[in-house]
Amino acid sequence: MIPGSFEYHRPESVDGAIALLNEHGDEARLLAGGHSLIPMMKLRMAVPSHIVDLQAIDSLHGISEDGGELVIGALTTQHEVLISDLLARKCPIIPEAAALIADPQVRYCGTIGGNVANGDPGNDMPAIMQALGARFRAVGPNGSRDIAARDYYEAAYFTELEENEVLTQIRIPTPAAGHGAAYEKQKRKIGDYATAAAAVILTVESGRCTSASIALTNVASTPLYAEAAAGALVGTDLGADAVDTAVRLAEEITEPTSDGRGPADFRTHVAGIMVRRAIARAQKNAG
Amino acid sequence: MNAEVASVEERKQNLKGMGTARRRVEDARFVQGKGNYVDDIKLPGMLFGDFVRSPYAHARIKSVNKEAALAVPGVKAVLTADDLKPVNLAWMPTLAGDVQMVLADGKVLFQGQEVAFVVADDRYAASDAAELVEVEYEELPVLVDPFKAMDPDAPVLREDLEGKTEGAHGPRRHHNHIFTWEVGDQDGTERALADAEIVAKEKITYQRVHPCPLETAGCVASMDKVNGHLTLWGTFQAPHAVRTVASLISTIPEHKIRVISPDIGGGFGNKVGVYPGYICSVVASIVLGVPVKWIEDRIENLQSTAFARDYHMTGEISATRDGRITGLKCHVLADHGGFDACADPTKFPAGFFNICTGSYDIPVAHVSVDGVYTNKAPGGVAYRCSFRVTEASYFIERMMDVLARKLEMDPAELRIKNFIKKEQFPYTSALGWEYDSGDYHTAMEKALETVKYKALRDEQKANREAFARGETRSLMGVGVGFFTEIVGAGPIKNCDILGLGMFDSCEIRVHPTGSAIARLGTISQGQGHATTFAQILASEIGIPADQITVEEGDTDTAPYGLGTYGSRSTPVAGAATAMAGRKIKAKAQMIAAWLLEVHDDDVEFDVDRFVVKGAPERFKTMAEVAFAAYNNVPPGLEPGLEAVSYYDPPNMTYPFGAYVCVVDIDVDTGVTDIRRFYALDDCGTRINPMIIEGQVHGGLTEALAIAMGQEISYDEMGNVKGASLMDFFLPTAVETPVWETDFTVTPSPHHPIGAKGVGESPNVGGVSAFSNAVNDAFAHLGLTHTQMPHDHWRVWKTAERLGITA
Ligand SMILES: Cc1cc2nc3c(=O)[nH]c(=O)nc-3n(C[C@H](O)[C@H](O)[C@H](O)COP(=O)(O)OP(=O)(O)OC[C@H]3O[C@@H](n4cnc5c(N)ncnc54)[C@H](O)[C@@H]3O)c2cc1C
Repeated sequence: MIPGSFEYHRPESVDGAIALLNEHGDEARLLAGGHSLIPMMKLRMAVPSHIVDLQAIDSLHGISEDGGELVIGALTTQHEVLISDLLARKCPIIPEAAALIADPQVRYCGTIGGNVANGDPGNDMPAIMQALGARFRAVGPNGSRDIAARDYYEAAYFTELEENEVLTQIRIPTPAAGHGAAYEKQKRKIGDYATAAAAVILTVESGRCTSASIALTNVASTPLYAEAAAGALVGTDLGADAVDTAVRLAEEITEPTSDGRGPADFRTHVAGIMVRRAIARAQKNAG
Repeated sequence: MNAEVASVEERKQNLKGMGTARRRVEDARFVQGKGNYVDDIKLPGMLFGDFVRSPYAHARIKSVNKEAALAVPGVKAVLTADDLKPVNLAWMPTLAGDVQMVLADGKVLFQGQEVAFVVADDRYAASDAAELVEVEYEELPVLVDPFKAMDPDAPVLREDLEGKTEGAHGPRRHHNHIFTWEVGDQDGTERALADAEIVAKEKITYQRVHPCPLETAGCVASMDKVNGHLTLWGTFQAPHAVRTVASLISTIPEHKIRVISPDIGGGFGNKVGVYPGYICSVVASIVLGVPVKWIEDRIENLQSTAFARDYHMTGEISATRDGRITGLKCHVLADHGGFDACADPTKFPAGFFNICTGSYDIPVAHVSVDGVYTNKAPGGVAYRCSFRVTEASYFIERMMDVLARKLEMDPAELRIKNFIKKEQFPYTSALGWEYDSGDYHTAMEKALETVKYKALRDEQKANREAFARGETRSLMGVGVGFFTEIVGAGPIKNCDILGLGMFDSCEIRVHPTGSAIARLGTISQGQGHATTFAQILASEIGIPADQITVEEGDTDTAPYGLGTYGSRSTPVAGAATAMAGRKIKAKAQMIAAWLLEVHDDDVEFDVDRFVVKGAPERFKTMAEVAFAAYNNVPPGLEPGLEAVSYYDPPNMTYPFGAYVCVVDIDVDTGVTDIRRFYALDDCGTRINPMIIEGQVHGGLTEALAIAMGQEISYDEMGNVKGASLMDFFLPTAVETPVWETDFTVTPSPHHPIGAKGVGESPNVGGVSAFSNAVNDAFAHLGLTHTQMPHDHWRVWKTAERLGITA
């Protein structure tokens, strides 16, 4: 429970942070809210010798809308996301999911950037971002680039982000007015990661599903974008057959591990139930 | 208040004595974060210790290389078993008559076992250096399953016991066998089972769990080399016993050891025993001549420090067709881990498990318990219960439900039919206990009436029909539980720990101005002793509770006592408090009579004063008497107003209660929702109803945790799974339902104030009520018993096995 020793840096600009990353290579780690990194350091599963704290970089904070996109600064805390009026109106699935993350103390510190950047399959925001079709803006020594959330995750804790890049923003195409969304998460207790969770976003016109996206949390080494499952809903009236198919297709792509939350078969089963319930609630929320 | 004109009622209220919902005096410091815990102690020059622990469950240690660790700046010493041998401390005695390695001596027997102790200037250096101690292990075959412990070819765990056929509790019949303990009439029980109209049989496992107090274990040892005095602050539930043990094993004379338990952040049995960290800190302080602090972290606590339960029980219960129980048999396989470090009274290697006939008039019974070694952490402590009473209560309360199913009888009705009747007390059970008092029928009737039991069953019937029609995916379960505890260990004639009789004590000093200090041999870990013991005294001696300081935990000042666990503080030290108070009162009466110039027998005690019989206007208040005790006592009487009492209880006390739990189960996810929980407790005389309620809330929350999620489990390599609060279930306010509490009052006839103890009742009674509710939800589908913990996946598996999942 005692981390190894490290040097602490507190740059005031993104460029400053990148310079430090360049200088120290894989010895350095960015620190945002610290609620994933510090526990890992206490267990000595991470032993960085340089910590680059992003907290003093003002440009990384805040939530705004910018021409058809919702833009969330990487250092925006989960609490700020939870109480954002803009998100409540335009993209309520984000505050809904934020409320299911840990507890208030974690949410006051933990950031949305850290949550999506980390690559922990247990984190909730990555699946939400995949369902929403979000892009992550990465800034490095050679400028900035956007990475689609659906392409970002390679394996547990392995992502598309380069060692010397900082994730500065999350950019989300503003969901269509009248869309319906829901995030269903089963967990054992407050502060637990999901046994399985599912994000569903739908648009429905006169009873027909015109678009759908589904993504799953913590049932594989990465979040899962369940494209085929969502496809099974589009064009249907979301009747029992379509939903059964979607559930089956979603279950099929899961590869959970067995852990304290239950054996793999149970977690796959729960993923199916979460998809089913999220579809039903998203449908209700649509319109 | 004017003492002359105040009414009796006003004077009573002023005392805040027994029965008052007096606010806890401890809370002022706790809610401000101003408690003083072991880790708050900072002494000049203090060093910090940290352990190197074994990653393996069973391995031989080929070598330990300290060089790299010793080279870390700030590191002062690295201790191994070889360093402890010259002072004879490589091993230590356990409370159960076994011995335990302080630091691994040649081999390790469980994952997380202490291998080396690193001492450094600060925690960081100690922790860095611990990583650098190079230990070479040779892995050995691992024994995890207790059912395989006594296989002929099972690996030999305890090489130190090779060839020892006699253990602390009788003959050993296998190298991994610790003891067999038997009580009751075996032949009679077998006959009852053979002749019975109905026999129900079930295998009931009470999984390995952990008390998990918020504050982990730790200590600060400070050896003063000049005067040879050792001061030891620590998280000790039994500071006096720790002093004696420390003296016996260190050979430091007992008068030169001072043990202090400061504020303790919860104990729950976890802090009764002696742990390697204490010994290593003491040795390090002796060697280095400066204070040494050791505080374990959460993972260390969960992995290595005193688990609870791990009882594998096979029961058979027989009855007539109309539901009269005729016999009970139980065999327990008890998994004690690598060393037998249970904290039970010496003569009771399975604690008071023979209370397992519960609240029922069972004519004949037999219990046998086999304790075995496995490659798991030692412990077997009484986690918020008297010794093994939770296991016993869980066993009988599950068996009652299993029998009810077989009889197709309502489980509440079966219980009522078999209760020991009020007029049967004092009642001697088939397994040898003498229950002091009880009125089970009244308690049960009140419980069933309050929860509208019949309406609940009707609702359940409708729910089951709706479920069958496919209208709901939720099943409702009603759990009925009734428990009888045995607490307040205990009479010296049968209860001792390491030869120390389990009496307890109170010493009172009344000051000249009429305030007082009371010191006890117990130690609060959240129970609120400073509040309640002052209330007992207030009622006994007429000094307001607010003017009585209660102090515990410092062996230099407090009278000797055996500490706080097993709900023994109120039954034993509470009795000592009342008795010491009565000695004060007797002397005060003589002084009062002297002052009033009447015969001793002509004054009587009246709330807070002595009055002349028949002339109530002539009186002396206790405050006046206190002052007179220091300047004007009757001739021949010593001055001062002090008393001490060492109380050896004539019997245990037997609190009881009736609990009802209503649960809704989502069969598709296994998620359980405790809709309602009603707890009626009868703890005899009630000292402070608010503290009782708080204790019941806390105990029920721990019962919820155990029943619904807690588990220390191991994989087949003996790796501990989930020893952190991410996995180990500690409920938050969100998971905790609203508790409804209620009570009846059946005083203990032998206790000076009739009190029985309550802190552990809700845990003892709660677990089975939750488990019964979950089992009950599936009962109509043929389920008789499913193992705890009832977490999501196990509940779902149960539903799946019954063929009702999607
Ligand atoms: C008890 C507990 C329970 C939790 N439960 C949940 C839960 O149920 N669901 C959930 O989603 N999360 C949960 N979390 C994690 C929590 O939400 C974290 O705060 C979050 O995942 C990480 O955000 P952070 O700001 O704390 O990141 P940090 O811990 O500071 O960083 C995490 C990682 O991301 C990197 N990083 C951070 N910011 C950036 C950036 N801008 N650019 C590039 N890399 C960056 C860091 O270098 C580090 O490797 C829990 C945490 C705790 C302690």
